[in-house]
Amino acid sequence: MTATTRRSSNPAAELGYDQPPPRKGFFTDTSICIGCKACEVACKEWNMVPEDGLELSGMSYDNTQGLGASTWRHVAFIEQPKSLAGQQSDEHHEGVDALALAGGLTTPSPPPGTPTQVDLGMPRTVLPGAGADQDTATPFRWLMESDVCKHCTHAACLDVCPTGALFRTEFGTVVVQDDVCNGCGYCVPACPYGVIEKREGPSGNDAVGLAQKCTLCYDRLKGDLEPACAQACPTKSIQFGDLDELRERAQVRVEQLVAAGETSARLYGHDPDDGVGGTGAMFLLLDEPEVYGLPPDPVVTTRDLPEMWRRAILAAATLLAGGIAVFAGRSNR
Amino acid sequence: MAECHPVGFQWVMEAKAKGAKIIHVDPRFTRTSAVADLHVPLRAGSDIALLGALVNYVLSEGKEFREYVVAYTNAATLVGEDFRDTEDLDGLFSGYDADKHIYDPSSWQYEGSEVAAAAGHRDAQYSDRAGEDSSEGEQRSGGGQSHGSGGPSIGGDPERDLTLEHPRSVFQVLKRHFARYTPQMVEEVCGVPQDVFREMAEAITANSGRDRTTAFVYAVGWTHHTVGVQYIRTAAILQALLGNIGRPGGGIMALRGHASIQGSTDIPTLFNILPGYIPMPHAHQHEDLASFLEADAGTKGYWGNMPAYTISLLKSWWGDAATAENDYCFDYLPRLTGDHGTYNTVMRQIDEGGGGYFVVGENPAVGSANAKMQRKGMANLDWLVVRDFQMIESATWWLDGPEIETGEMRTEDIGTEVFFLPAAAHTEKSGSFTNTQRMLQWHHQAVEPAGDARSELWFYYHLGRIIRQKLAGSTDRRDRPLLDLTWDYPTEGPLAEPSADAVLAEINGRDAEGKPLSTYTALKDDGSTSCGCWIYCGVNADGVNQAARRKPGREQSWVAPEWGWAWPANRRILYNRASADPDGKPWSERKAYVWWDEEQGSWTGHDVPDFQKDKRPDYQPPEGAKAQDAIAGNEPFIMQSDGKAWLFAPAGLTDGPLPAHYEPEESPFENAFYAQQSNPARQTHSRPDNRYNPSGDKPGSDVFPYVFTTYRLTEHHTAGGMSRFQSYLSELQPEFFCEISPELAAERGLEHLGWATIVTARTAIEARVLVTERMTPLTVRGRTIHQVGLPYHWGPNGLTTGDAANELVSIALDPNVHIQETKAATCDIQPGRRPRGPGLLEYVAAYRRRAGIDELTGTEANRR
Repeated sequence: MTATTRRSSNPAAELGYDQPPPRKGFFTDTSICIGCKACEVACKEWNMVPEDGLELSGMSYDNTQGLGASTWRHVAFIEQPKSLAGQQSDEHHEGVDALALAGGLTTPSPPPGTPTQVDLGMPRTVLPGAGADQDTATPFRWLMESDVCKHCTHAACLDVCPTGALFRTEFGTVVVQDDVCNGCGYCVPACPYGVIEKREGPSGNDAVGLAQKCTLCYDRLKGDLEPACAQACPTKSIQFGDLDELRERAQVRVEQLVAAGETSARLYGHDPDDGVGGTGAMFLLLDEPEVYGLPPDPVVTTRDLPEMWRRAILAAATLLAGGIAVFAGRSNR
Repeated sequence: MAECHPVGFQWVMEAKAKGAKIIHVDPRFTRTSAVADLHVPLRAGSDIALLGALVNYVLSEGKEFREYVVAYTNAATLVGEDFRDTEDLDGLFSGYDADKHIYDPSSWQYEGSEVAAAAGHRDAQYSDRAGEDSSEGEQRSGGGQSHGSGGPSIGGDPERDLTLEHPRSVFQVLKRHFARYTPQMVEEVCGVPQDVFREMAEAITANSGRDRTTAFVYAVGWTHHTVGVQYIRTAAILQALLGNIGRPGGGIMALRGHASIQGSTDIPTLFNILPGYIPMPHAHQHEDLASFLEADAGTKGYWGNMPAYTISLLKSWWGDAATAENDYCFDYLPRLTGDHGTYNTVMRQIDEGGGGYFVVGENPAVGSANAKMQRKGMANLDWLVVRDFQMIESATWWLDGPEIETGEMRTEDIGTEVFFLPAAAHTEKSGSFTNTQRMLQWHHQAVEPAGDARSELWFYYHLGRIIRQKLAGSTDRRDRPLLDLTWDYPTEGPLAEPSADAVLAEINGRDAEGKPLSTYTALKDDGSTSCGCWIYCGVNADGVNQAARRKPGREQSWVAPEWGWAWPANRRILYNRASADPDGKPWSERKAYVWWDEEQGSWTGHDVPDFQKDKRPDYQPPEGAKAQDAIAGNEPFIMQSDGKAWLFAPAGLTDGPLPAHYEPEESPFENAFYAQQSNPARQTHSRPDNRYNPSGDKPGSDVFPYVFTTYRLTEHHTAGGMSRFQSYLSELQPEFFCEISPELAAERGLEHLGWATIVTARTAIEARVLVTERMTPLTVRGRTIHQVGLPYHWGPNGLTTGDAANELVSIALDPNVHIQETKAATCDIQPGRRPRGPGLLEYVAAYRRRAGIDELTGTEANRR
């Protein structure tokens, strides 16, 4: 952990915006998230994102299940047989056969008519972990994390968009324009986080068939308002502001937590040298990113494109040169 | 608190960031536990055992804030010789009438005080006039509240022993009473290990005293019990012993409901109090205004001004028609003849039928205990008016309710005429919310209500206007109260909405010239002032809506007196005289709040002092002083009739002067503390539609071996009217579920995401199963006890539907406030869905037979 924070690049400036405002972003401090989901509701209310299905997931209190075309904020709930630093819980689950009980998870008996559960590749909540020591309480904690589009410095979705529907705003954020998007869907596999998706319903919704994701409330930013989710967050788990300032705040906070004994506290998305050049939405996590359903080492999927093109061109040129040589040889005969 | 009050919880998180230690006591590991420093799971219904042990810990380890206790509480006061404690009578206090299941509190009084006027005087008056059932009627109607919030008056000057050594001093009575509340008993009864209890006790006591204060926060997890009021009393005793009342960072915060529940108690929707906690008169006891007020006349403390508060209220309601000659229309007030609470009303609807019923902002068909009885009551009316945002179950039970499915009711047989009137939301009307801190915050109308939706104010104003029109010219005396009402609110806007500001101005009150009053001390008992609620007097001071103030915190002092307005007199902490020592100096620099300024000759500080501004700390009341003049300069509890915080309540409660642990109405365990099983004064109503499960060692109790508790989720709102019909909220918690531990799942063969049927003597419901380690089995009295968690938001209507948890809950009530026991009862749980149609009735009947349940089960005085 470095004591100093590196300043992020400002992609808006690099793109040629004339004196753009400081790059904006989110810092989501999951250590103070209380899982109220006000962010999810505020986001949907403001952005008129439709309901995304009424399905009891069984994944703790997470019935949203993941980000998607109609879920731009998602609060993950992770029940874990671990202790928070400084926290003492008095749960007792000694002598439980966790594997036998977890069988209930793999063979649920849903009511008739329940849609089959979509496997999003999210980690399952760990059902029940038995305490090893019969004499002590089972370590237990309940992690909550509000996930959102990362607004990458190097955004693959934007790179692959053939229509220019996805664009970089003056705030350094990445936004889809509904009226330009043609629904080609190239952006969907391009995102290393699985954030952007094409909206599938409800029928009649204007954005059905179009790529949809968090806009970091571009319209509100234009009006000098903070994004709806950050404003609704009661504990300031979601903080909005100038990215450079947020990075410093995040660094102070993580050092504070580590000093307090929460040694697993870490920042995610703060490093401008990571595979996406750092993100516009970074997180303070209390466990490995995978635990929250986040890729541990995200890489912009278009990172290797120039190299690939270079090689492809080289190969084509070599082929061409070979062909020419062959024909030249013939003609020389 | 994070679950149900996430917005208020931001302050807890802020305190935590500043180093506060958060301890969360709850049967379940919730979103609050997730961020707490310590989570203490306990058996639902055992809190008095835990809190009582904290009291005992303080007393036996000498951890009380001695100076505070001696000076500011009634610890030194001597209790009369006739008093017998639960220690003497194995779980009963003196004065218990085993036939009627009620207490006569006369033996609980202080030594040397006159006969407590509140109870004794009224009884004497009553027996002259009406015969035998007076005290029962008064007790049944909630004797505690009939004395107003300050409790009953005490005549004379009770004897005190400042050494606290006298065996009959409250302090010694307390010590003996709580001696058996040991850490061992906590482990035995609550299932909380002794080391966890010790950590908690040490944290609380180490954080209390001159330099530090500890706050308690509770919600209906404490109140919804047959001993709910005594839960709060135990916390009050603990906080008074630790000196945590009237000081910054201290107190006991009641998290009231979301829809201004505090406001609807201040200006009550309750049957037994008038605005500002003035008691509602009883039919037999107070012939006229003078005898009604006499109960409090000559009283020490601010309740001595009850004549001014009451007469100003009557003037506010009946204006010029209220004169000294006609007792200010005192006879226009309705009279109490017994318990007219919700549940008693519902039983009368079922048994007697007829009458009308307004259901406003409530969904009793889902949200009240024994939901079937609620529906049966509504099915037996002349008419029913439901005002809500949505077609809630309370408006549609006659068409497609659970009883239609089981065949218990047929739509064509139901005679109740049902009116559904759409209601306006808070954004569609102006008005105030009063929060738990007694703070009023004004909200302004943003848009006109759509369609036929109208505000409550609109509905009642125009209903009253039309009724008065129809009665105009009547000479019938019974119509005078309506015809003489001041009902002249200006209306505004396209819908003729009555002005909420005009209503606020009426509540605030006016002087003889019609000018707005600025504080309740200006109220007079000569009919020259009017005031709709004396504690709200000043909310419209200078004709300015003080509740609408929104000066940001950063632009004012840390107490933030210019955000909204708190009753009384914009005080943010009640009894804040206690933040200074008897000489008027702050207990410590760190906790300085309000203090005596000798130079200025007045009280000053960060908040509005809750004391007469110029009353010196060494003031001693002269002989014969009354009301506030009888309060000495070192007595902060100015509403109490002895100026002291009550560790022992000599009167005012219907179920004992001290809290004692009693098991819930339905419990898998015998009471380990006393031979008395459950609260002897609790109200039970055994009837075919409200049978009780057997408890403890009684035969059949093993048929219902588990404890269940009901609660809210963040994602839904109470009985669901405001959330189950909203897609954005419904998708977040889309189905009714029960939460159980992995161990219980294994024991009963319940599968994660499968179905479970939960059964009590009332009925059976079904829920999806969430197996989670957040539910933990506890070891109680050597046995493993499992608890089942049931969120109570669901019902048959809306986008997300499910059975209502309240179908399972019985009507068994706290005798002080008639609150149902929804937080702890027993059940069985089985895998699979419940039977449909008439099969459900047979299924539950078989359970009742198996458990041997009859009309006597659970109603005994419960002596072993």
